[in-house]
Amino acid sequence: MRFRLTDDQRALRAGVRDLLERRFGREALRAAVAVPGRLDRALWRTLGEAGFFALRLPEADGGVGLGLPEAVLAFEEAGRALLPGPLVATHLAAGGVPGAARGETVVAAVDGGLVEWLEAADVVHGDASGAVPLRSVDPLTPLHRVPAPGPPDPVAVLLTAAEQLGTAGRVCELAVQHARTREQFGRPVGAFQAVQHLCADLLVRAETARAAVYAAAVTADPADIAAARLLADEAAVRGARDCLQVHGGMGFTWEADVHLHLKRAWVRARRAGGSAEGEELLAAALAR
Amino acid sequence: MDLSRTPEEEEFRTRLRTWLAAVLPTLPARPSPDDWPGRRAYDLRWQRMLYDAGYADVHWDASPTVRMIFLEETERAGAPYVGANFVGLLHAGPTIAAEGTADQRARWLPPILRGEQVWCQGFSEPDAGSDLASLRTRARRDGDHYVVTGSKIWTSHAEVADWCELLVRTDPAAPRHRGITWLALPMDAEGVTVRPLRTLAGSAEFAEVFLDEVRVPVANRVGEENDGWRVTMVTLSFERGTAFVGEVVACRRVLGELASAARENGRWDDPVLRRRLGRLDAEFRALWRLTQWNVSEAEANGGVPGVGGSVFKLRYSHARQELYDAAAEVLGPDCLDLDRPWVLDRLSSLSYTIAAGTSQIQRGIVAERILGLPRGR
Ligand SMILES: Cc1cc2nc3c(=O)[nH]c(=O)nc-3n(C[C@H](O)[C@H](O)[C@H](O)COP(=O)(O)OP(=O)(O)OC[C@H]3O[C@@H](n4cnc5c(N)ncnc54)[C@H](O)[C@@H]3O)c2cc1C
Repeated sequence: MRFRLTDDQRALRAGVRDLLERRFGREALRAAVAVPGRLDRALWRTLGEAGFFALRLPEADGGVGLGLPEAVLAFEEAGRALLPGPLVATHLAAGGVPGAARGETVVAAVDGGLVEWLEAADVVHGDASGAVPLRSVDPLTPLHRVPAPGPPDPVAVLLTAAEQLGTAGRVCELAVQHARTREQFGRPVGAFQAVQHLCADLLVRAETARAAVYAAAVTADPADIAAARLLADEAAVRGARDCLQVHGGMGFTWEADVHLHLKRAWVRARRAGGSAEGEELLAAALAR
Repeated sequence: MDLSRTPEEEEFRTRLRTWLAAVLPTLPARPSPDDWPGRRAYDLRWQRMLYDAGYADVHWDASPTVRMIFLEETERAGAPYVGANFVGLLHAGPTIAAEGTADQRARWLPPILRGEQVWCQGFSEPDAGSDLASLRTRARRDGDHYVVTGSKIWTSHAEVADWCELLVRTDPAAPRHRGITWLALPMDAEGVTVRPLRTLAGSAEFAEVFLDEVRVPVANRVGEENDGWRVTMVTLSFERGTAFVGEVVACRRVLGELASAARENGRWDDPVLRRRLGRLDAEFRALWRLTQWNVSEAEANGGVPGVGGSVFKLRYSHARQELYDAAAEVLGPDCLDLDRPWVLDRLSSLSYTIAAGTSQIQRGIVAERILGLPRGR
């Protein structure tokens, strides 16, 4: 048993992080927030060229030929960077929908009674008839409500968990950075136990979720995936909340990035396979 | 990321399974929790069987992965737990192995491995719990002896122990961490008094130990005089490695039993309860994976458990309490009946967020040592 990242996996993670920092750094993120609903097609093609969508396609079909663990690492980075767009749907469509693998076709999908990025997409998977737009809580994810929830796909559930893990890790870093630098009462607020304990819990939730998400990527077992998703949703949503708390008044501003993580975590948590669905799936497995 | 087993690991597992299947049916009935001499004899006998079969030193010499497999398989098979051998095998033994002289290793380690001697841990004092370095039990040098006076508390298994790994203050003038020494105290020495303490679960799992002018040979000192704090940190790092592997396996089994019980008594129809059990299943699946992750990290770092132990302990101790709270929900009014399964376990689970470093102390460790936050206050 060697349950840790291989050198190749580390290199892949570093490569994706580097690409996203260059192509979707803080300035690009804030620019995207300023123009809601616009999908950056050039960035999408860059992702396509980098193999983000074709990651799991066989090399014979022009893919990268990697597996779920590598996809999970890439999606974790996407979550960390708050990369916008129907990433999971397009990734799943690579190989099926022409142009999806190369980032030329944008694919959206019905998921959990919602469709993300419906208007920006070239192709929509699932029954989107009767779609009604919402005024989305997340400035980086336009949303439509649809009557039919759409069937849950275990890989989509897992990749969502990976994105949530990215948020969970990032908000822990943001909280710790702030706690080390912001001073009150003559010392960094991170010297106060109440703040330290919030930060410690952020890390504990993120690291427990990480073990579950990575293991589910290895086993691809639906129950493992359901568990990973429950843990990752919790780590992202509660993590973003605690990170906001550590930031004080700054955390309540539009300017700080914390709210973007929280809102995205809320959007992802509504996708199929989380909460009650995941819990019932695991309960049913227990009772067998 | 690889969860598969190497051929050697697979071979070890198969051999162990076969052996367990053969010997477990030959074990006598377990003694009652209040029968301390019986428990001591039972636990030592089990250790002797492990020794004869070549498994005695799995906690010390085997790789973290093999140790994990051992704990996993013994729990799955329903084999006895380390019990009274806990301190010898997981605290004092590894410390002596790492820090003791050749003579000390030859004197103390074989009897631990052969299941002949029980050790206990005399660290905590009435006024030194979380703040262990403030301990006051005094050891005065008198020729080739230390003369020890003071008291220890919460000493598990003290009543049946032969030896105690004892922390004493040898230099009251030195800075707190620098005046502490690690001694092996024979529990039958003159001046040692053990007074059992009853836990909230009703049984006497731990004790107070009073030390009145007890003479301990200098030859019983492990490490240098006043270097006991460093020696102790070696011990504590062993404690946070694979200590809970068997328990996580056991918790997952309990969860399955809870589901069966809930289906039988009809409580399964309540979606709130079902979801609660489903969530706990996710929790323990994750804790199992976190164990495997930490073990793989330890393996890569030459067998030394990393900081992941604190992360694990924080999450696990809380999850264990949640598990038995859920059990109470399944039991309904029977959760107040001490004769029902899980009720005593629910009581014991309350110690998990306290013993071996409280959750508050663990959070401090995570914040300062892993996250690098400034020292707390
Ligand atoms: C079942 C059981 C078995 C045990 N077995 C042994 C044994 O065999 N040998 C042995 O030596 N000891 C043993 N212990 C003792 C155990 O290690 C101590 O109980 C533990 O370290 C806490 O110390 P304390 O009880 O003095 O609590 P205290 O340190 O007095 O803590 C009281 C409360 O204050 C909090 N607190 C204390 N300091 C801080 C701080 N700096 N920041 C924030 N909060 C703080 C704690 O979290 C706790 O909530 C055992 C304990 C139990 C419950």
